[in-house]
Amino acid sequence: MDKPKLRVTLLTGRTIEQGVGKERGKSSKEYVESVSVCYMDPGDLKRLNMKEKTNVMVSTDYGSVVVKALKSLRAPHQGVIFIPYGPWANVIVNPETNGIGMPSFKGIPAEVEPAPDKPILSLEELFSREFGKGGSK
Amino acid sequence: MTVVKAVTCPICGSLCDDIELTVENGRIVKVKNGCAMCESKFLGYNSEHRLLKPLIRKNGELVKTSLKEAVGRAAGILAEANYPILYGWSSTSCEAISVGLELAEEVGGVIDNTSVVCHGPSILSIQEIGIPSCTLGQIRHRADLVVYWGSNPWSAHPRHIERYTAFSEGRFEKSAWRGYLNNIKASIVRKKIESVIRRVFFKGKPSASAYIRKEPPSTLFKEGRKLVVIDVRKTRSAEIADYFIQVEPNKDYELLQAFRALIRDQEIDVDTVAGVPVEYLEEIADLMIKCDFGVLFFGLGLTMSSGKLRNIDAALSLVRDLNMRTKFVIMPMRGHFNVTGANTVFTWQTGYPYAVDFSLGYPQYNPGETSVVDVLLRKESDAALIIASDPIANFPKTAAEHLVKNPLIVIDPHMNATAQMADVILPSAFVGIETSGTAYRMDHVPLPLKKVVDPPRGVLSDEEILRRILAEVRRIKKKRTVAS
Repeated sequence: MDKPKLRVTLLTGRTIEQGVGKERGKSSKEYVESVSVCYMDPGDLKRLNMKEKTNVMVSTDYGSVVVKALKSLRAPHQGVIFIPYGPWANVIVNPETNGIGMPSFKGIPAEVEPAPDKPILSLEELFSREFGKGGSK
Repeated sequence: MTVVKAVTCPICGSLCDDIELTVENGRIVKVKNGCAMCESKFLGYNSEHRLLKPLIRKNGELVKTSLKEAVGRAAGILAEANYPILYGWSSTSCEAISVGLELAEEVGGVIDNTSVVCHGPSILSIQEIGIPSCTLGQIRHRADLVVYWGSNPWSAHPRHIERYTAFSEGRFEKSAWRGYLNNIKASIVRKKIESVIRRVFFKGKPSASAYIRKEPPSTLFKEGRKLVVIDVRKTRSAEIADYFIQVEPNKDYELLQAFRALIRDQEIDVDTVAGVPVEYLEEIADLMIKCDFGVLFFGLGLTMSSGKLRNIDAALSLVRDLNMRTKFVIMPMRGHFNVTGANTVFTWQTGYPYAVDFSLGYPQYNPGETSVVDVLLRKESDAALIIASDPIANFPKTAAEHLVKNPLIVIDPHMNATAQMADVILPSAFVGIETSGTAYRMDHVPLPLKKVVDPPRGVLSDEEILRRILAEVRRIKKKRTVAS
């Protein structure tokens, strides 16, 4: 049987956890854990027949990324998912600037599917996959 | 142990300047009055992610080097490049930005600040339409209606509501904090009752009635300050609002134009606009007209979604229309602590607020062409200097790809995503903690940033690093001229 998929609208934005993490350091555990997640409507989780804290693959016309699904605290927002700004979200956002310099970070059509077997890449693995470059101190 | 008072917090555009820091043995040990991000920065800035030595990439690995060699390598890259990018600037001081602009002119590059991926569209609209605005102090003392649209201050500007708007104690308007506490208590009781009803009568199935209100909340008719949040999702800020309107994604423009029609006493022939019943909109439009001093704060919910600058056109026009009926002001919620300063210093020195191209020897400005994301998408740049910013963590992947293909210089106090990709890394001191400077608050009020502790040995300020690179670039160019 095919895995269930859900067509959704992707929003990216700020969370206080991401804000605290970025001030601690962009390589910090707090930052990485705060931006490699996807907040979903509890109803949408049910529709995908999955529980929260399961990995999901989010795909758009621009790429795919595996993040951890979390139950949104402020539901309902059926059909809308939220990923905090960060390297994971950037893989799938729309680079189109509409001739004014600003890419489209919000309101992007996307598809979500459960991916319990696929791991969330670390920052280094993500960069290595996307850019083929990276290094540490 | 010393206590340093009235410290300006160098994180978000609110620039809270009432922070008290306790310093012991050259380290900050206690933060008073700050938000969660403020505490995280002042107590954690010197973490294991701190860069202390200059690094250059050799055989694919970043290795430690001397400051002189790193500055020389950075200057060499910029002097050799035909079309370098100089990007970032919004989290450093005005003084450093000023030197950066001089450097951009010297190397004939394109210099851009982070407003290109936040409030760039707002700037374009403001240039077309104008902006009726004021200082945050006036809002604190006078505003009786506060609207946040596409903005979540509770997360991005955590003390904005407390210091400048609904929960601030103004001279003419009182804090709405007590009312908020009562609302929270009432909402907890309501949720419990609803939960019991659901369990007993609906056997756990969620009921839509909890979400869609049947009648306007009583808070709309209360005396004193009112807080309205309009957003595509229910945020923490929406939870504390007197009224929350959930707009469908990418439909803010329709909603703004519907408000404009209602403000002009025109009738709307449909039942809902952008997923919101027109009767709700009428209540809010009524509230806007009847207030004495209203303010509309807008965030990236408007600039980043479909419509972009046209959403801002509509928001500015709405406020212009409102000023025919009452007093209303509008202000963008600026993110980085000195992004307003970056726009201001760019404008002083070049005539333009961002996306300035010096490749012809004089400043050119055409966002969409000279903006950094577009330059990267067209794969035109051949080197980049990134300062006080992390574009690899903030740009779409396709734009970031070209950035890492070419020589990359990073000036930053922390090992961030962009620094991990860099060819030259110059560690810098934290402005507002280890070095002083000037920053502009979101309402264009300049505030001093204090030096509270000494930077680590050998770590210079952004301004000083840029001065050294500029001097070295000039030396290389002079040598080249003499040789030819």
